[in-house]
Amino acid sequence: MTVTASTSLVERLGERFKQALQESSDFRGDLSIVVDPAALVEVARYLKDEEGFDYLLYATAVDWPARVPRFTVIWEVRSLENKTRIRIKTTATMPDPHVPSLTSVWPATNWHERETWDLFGIKFDGHPDLRRLLMPDTWEGHPLRKDYVSFGEPVIFSDQKLEGLEPDAIRG
Amino acid sequence: MPFGPEHEPPSEWMELNMGPQHPSTHGVLRVRLKLDGEIVRDADADVGYLHTGFEKSFEDKTYTQGITFSDRMDYLAPPINNVGFVSAVEKLMELEVPPRAQAIRVLMMELARISSHELWLGTAGLDLGVYSGFFYAWRDRELVLDLNEAYSGVRMMTSFTRVGGVAWDLPEGWLEQLQRFIDVMPGRIDDFEAMLSDNPIWHQRLKGVGVLSRQDAIEAGVTGPMLRASGVDYDVRKAFPYCGYEQYDFEVPLGTAGDCYDRYRLRVQEMRESLKILQQVIDTLPGGPWLTSDRKVALPPRSELSKSMESVIHHFRLVSEGFKGPLGDVYAFVESPRGELGFYLVSDGTNKPYRMKVRPPSFCNLQPLRQLVKGVLVADVIAIMGSMDFILGDVDR
Repeated sequence: MTVTASTSLVERLGERFKQALQESSDFRGDLSIVVDPAALVEVARYLKDEEGFDYLLYATAVDWPARVPRFTVIWEVRSLENKTRIRIKTTATMPDPHVPSLTSVWPATNWHERETWDLFGIKFDGHPDLRRLLMPDTWEGHPLRKDYVSFGEPVIFSDQKLEGLEPDAIRG
Repeated sequence: MPFGPEHEPPSEWMELNMGPQHPSTHGVLRVRLKLDGEIVRDADADVGYLHTGFEKSFEDKTYTQGITFSDRMDYLAPPINNVGFVSAVEKLMELEVPPRAQAIRVLMMELARISSHELWLGTAGLDLGVYSGFFYAWRDRELVLDLNEAYSGVRMMTSFTRVGGVAWDLPEGWLEQLQRFIDVMPGRIDDFEAMLSDNPIWHQRLKGVGVLSRQDAIEAGVTGPMLRASGVDYDVRKAFPYCGYEQYDFEVPLGTAGDCYDRYRLRVQEMRESLKILQQVIDTLPGGPWLTSDRKVALPPRSELSKSMESVIHHFRLVSEGFKGPLGDVYAFVESPRGELGFYLVSDGTNKPYRMKVRPPSFCNLQPLRQLVKGVLVADVIAIMGSMDFILGDVDR
């Protein structure tokens, strides 16, 4: 299942976007690039219009609490014709993580970005309809962040008092 | 287009909740429809009622433990989820899977495809009033569940894969049982087609309804039969063969109109192709081991434990803490009955996934619902949603 986009694509990107292309890697045949958020839409537009990456696979994020910037935001796209795939990564910093939305380039990213906002709390600037998707509208917190405790009901032991416990403590 | 109180429709429009407990939403999907009489002016799908946090749960479990989560997402094609999950781990670990394990995976996956399409035929028909079809489809699907049970002991949540192979070899008599299934199915699919394919009511309800053009289908990111019904020749099994699909001779049926009827026709056709694949696997089933001999990831056979201290150590370490993956991120994908099912795995070098993102085909197929139902009659919403074949467990994860 190795799918390699040609390395010359990285060269073309590097030539065209220079400093905006911060990093590129090829791990197990998966090509990834790290792009400066400021140039993200431009790079995406180029990939779609001139390199034929017409099909959006998914968008998501990874939370690295110890790193600065904390979040990696990822879009993976495919060219149906050339059968190649590229993973576009960019970063977002706390306390107000936000990255440009790519809905203007790949409309299919709409729900994926909503889900990422919902579960990671990363804002997508320019998204037409940034609402929570999976969690209820009234939910507090963003469950896929690493500091969000995933399970564990507070247990009341006999020597503890009930009122000492916050019912929503587990929501992080 | 925003969908909120600030975008209030004209006062004569009515807002109608379809779901979350409406039978045609196949699970718990809530669709807010804005109706102008019988005509749908706008729709907003509210998903998440079945959100179970699988992606978060993966982060707390070792790679081997994660297998049992994978089949509970798309609960109508569990074997395909199992294979998708382990293939991401195998890609990360650079593991070779023995040929016999690959063949067994193909058998289970194609059976799952048939059973999922059978279930779809039954329920999508039921939505449109073909009550009898449901019983036939259920009867035939039962045969697949029996095969699942005979192989894995479980009818649905098979969890039969292991990183580097499969958990068990095929039991005695299983291939004969499968052969009987392959022999009986073509006639049953013929019966189904005789009932529906030329049925004027079926045509009226499906033809020209929910049309997605080739360009729109790509833009919307739909996948699987929905993408192929719009004429895009993309099937992971052909485009990026895995588990040895390149050895088998089968067609990928394509549609032209991109309407609900094409999606129906494609799925029926795909069942026939799956039967072809199954027959070829039976005829060419390789012998040999069904699990990799790499003791760092796969448990040693039971018989070795009483003889070799080394095996006992491996067994203990694998069961107690699992194995560690290298740093890196990979994306692996398989063709589920609903389309491309992908697993994006980020490893931080520990024995658990640091992040596991699932690319669920149902989620991607459901997204264009809004554009598909604008301007159609309420009754057609049922036909369109039926033709999308989404599974809410897969959408919400």
